[in-house]
Amino acid sequence: MVLLEINDLNVSIDRTPILNSVSLKLEAGEILGLAGESGSGKTMTAFAIAGLLPGRAEMSGQIVFDGTRLSNASESELCRIRGQDIGIVFQEPMTALNPVMTIGDQVAETVRIHRGVSRREAWQLAQATLDKVGLPSTLFPMDRFPHNLSGGQRQRVAIAIAIVLKPKLLIADEPTTALDVTTQAEILSLFRQLVCDEGIALILVTHDLAVVAETANRVVVMKEGTIVDQGSIADVFQASQKPYVKTLIRNAVHIPTRTSKKIGNIPVLETRNIVREYFGARKLFGRGRVLRAVDGVSVQIYPNENVGLVGESGCGKSTLLRTILGLDRAQAGDVRVFGQKFPPDRHEDMRQLRRRIQVVFQDPFGTFDPRWRVDQIIAENFHLFDLPPTGADARRRVDEILDRVGMQSSDAKRYPHEFSGGQRQRIAIARALITEPSVVALDEAVSALDVSIRAQILDLLADLSDRLGMSYLFVTHDLSVARSITDRVLVMKDGRIVEQGRTEDVFANPSHPYTVRLLGAVPDLDRALSKHPAATQKS
Amino acid sequence: MTHREVIQGQAVDKADGFTNVPERDTGMALGLRTGIFLTVAVVTAALISFVWTPYDAKAIDISSKLLAPSSMHLFGTDHFGRDILSMIMVGARNSLVVAFVAVGIGAGIGVPLGLLAAARKGLASELVMRTNDLIFAFPSLLMAVMITAVYGPGAINAIIAIGIFNIPVFARVTRGAGLSLWTREYILAARVAGKGPFLISVQHILPNLRGLLIVQAAIQFALGVVAEAGLSYVGLGVQPPMPSWGRMLSEAQTMIGFAPWMAIFPGVAIMILVFGFGLIGDGLNDHLDPRTRRER
Repeated sequence: MVLLEINDLNVSIDRTPILNSVSLKLEAGEILGLAGESGSGKTMTAFAIAGLLPGRAEMSGQIVFDGTRLSNASESELCRIRGQDIGIVFQEPMTALNPVMTIGDQVAETVRIHRGVSRREAWQLAQATLDKVGLPSTLFPMDRFPHNLSGGQRQRVAIAIAIVLKPKLLIADEPTTALDVTTQAEILSLFRQLVCDEGIALILVTHDLAVVAETANRVVVMKEGTIVDQGSIADVFQASQKPYVKTLIRNAVHIPTRTSKKIGNIPVLETRNIVREYFGARKLFGRGRVLRAVDGVSVQIYPNENVGLVGESGCGKSTLLRTILGLDRAQAGDVRVFGQKFPPDRHEDMRQLRRRIQVVFQDPFGTFDPRWRVDQIIAENFHLFDLPPTGADARRRVDEILDRVGMQSSDAKRYPHEFSGGQRQRIAIARALITEPSVVALDEAVSALDVSIRAQILDLLADLSDRLGMSYLFVTHDLSVARSITDRVLVMKDGRIVEQGRTEDVFANPSHPYTVRLLGAVPDLDRALSKHPAATQKS
Repeated sequence: MTHREVIQGQAVDKADGFTNVPERDTGMALGLRTGIFLTVAVVTAALISFVWTPYDAKAIDISSKLLAPSSMHLFGTDHFGRDILSMIMVGARNSLVVAFVAVGIGAGIGVPLGLLAAARKGLASELVMRTNDLIFAFPSLLMAVMITAVYGPGAINAIIAIGIFNIPVFARVTRGAGLSLWTREYILAARVAGKGPFLISVQHILPNLRGLLIVQAAIQFALGVVAEAGLSYVGLGVQPPMPSWGRMLSEAQTMIGFAPWMAIFPGVAIMILVFGFGLIGDGLNDHLDPRTRRER
């Protein structure tokens, strides 16, 4: 039975076309993956179905949901359908939940609005639903508030709100992007279970092809507001004739080519038993609990080596990085750069050592002063030289480094907001490289990028390390990145390194149970595809 | 009576704003333009007073005392026969200088203190902010009385009193906004570039606070004009025979029944200047705020 049919849907906002003749069908009890890079229109398509387009949007075409034409339904009719027949789950569970309402009230609220039942009945239904999404009231009392819950638990509450009225269709917009991999795996399996048990149809909007391949039955790939290809997972991912889809899949599993280099044996960077503690929430009297974010970590990075530091949020990897960069002081243990203590005791040695270790952050835009031009941003690190280059010399060096990261020298006079995400990350890399560092730490440096941009940046990083001879420290939650570019990987959990070893060894034969669990949770395109029936060859 | 003029003045402005330009966001720019116009008018009058006034602002001419506004004396004369228009023009000088220098003192000391408090958490920050609270808790009038009790009344002491009162205002604004800027990632990047708190404050924090501080300065300017008038009103500001808007008001108050022009014109002058700076502050706030600017 066709539950949802979209015919020739066109949407434009302020006369800019957003969606271009989008047509798709969804059967009851089916999971449809809506995949694409940022700006592809996947979220807009989902919003159009739910009638959540911004007020300025102009829409033409047909959306027929369960026999009702949504495209010309009134707002009050849409309000009835949303929540009742269509449930929606957004990316960020914390902002989607009301922070001052208990989770029980929030789930019950939806019931009372749509069903007009008594408080008690609504509460009971809410309890049953929370139980269904894995928050049994024996463990998670319904008078808890969202801030008492973890990210994954909050997303479960958001899902409970969406499914409490037993909708026919559930729309999930990047529901796991903000979550850790193990949590993501749990939420995705919850979705599969709901579809299976309740017969709900699910539209899963995501940029992650592996998530689609693991979860969905069919996939729609979008690009710039149009549908590029659609069909069963196997058809699209294994046998698509469309060049864009092929490139997308190739980029998603991209492994940069690296020449094997001799890894030195005197560490350029070394940490010895670093301990970093924070004080937890303070009690009325006395100090709060001490949280040990980093608990005796020793790490060595050798010349020409790419090291991955992986772990889920809260494992202490960011704190460790801040300590290594000298932004935070360790309570115990020390960091050594070329055998010298860092930060050094003598202030004069500081700049010389700092030059050796640079960093690229996750969100390049946030790390640029919005009032500075690109050349000023890159030249900021000249501060670390004993004799900072000036005038023409400085300009030449900035141009050189821009050229090296694949930018134009004319870009030097522009401002960061004029560039795309990938270009900004190139500028951030240029800034890190201008001091000719020995170690570059990359803090989730490719996580926020689209797959095609991510592939380019990974290639660039591999190329730069080949030519310039540096070590990289990849701090990331994304194991596929760690796998594709590192020589050695460190797995961190609760402030400790639980496993380390050569990357291929750790990925092939993880020894620590946590690593096993982590690797099992990572969505993997190849593994997912092997589970699907072979592609019906298209002629 | 002064009050009614004010309301009428505003009503006229608004009516113009809505009839001439239908769109709302250009209306905001209209506020800014009106503010600049009013302020420039007062500044021009003050500048002209250096080279020309209709009459000598200090010359006493008892024979022409308490004359109603006429073609001879546009704004009338006071109880000593001094020309009120001339006094207002010279008085504008005084109001502007006092407000300007007081804002300068406040920003000059308050902003660095605020930057320091934002950059260094802990004792230094607490010390700066608690001292600020202490000054803030002290009424400016009381401070002026205290200063004049020690050093005698005069323009300089009025400036100092208002200026001191401005310090915590600027320090607080700078620290508050500075603290949130310090958590930005580009500050982290600057620290990785080896820059210390001083360089970061000067190169990153201060330029990003510029818009905010300009807006605050405009608001403090308006408040400074009122404060100066208030101090002169109670006799703690500029001393006779130098004319001052505040003292003109206080002198007018016993004669308001039969010579209302003595109170109306200085009152309106204060009003125009305060309103002008208020509009500039408000307009700049919208103009410099990237969120409202982007929508344009």
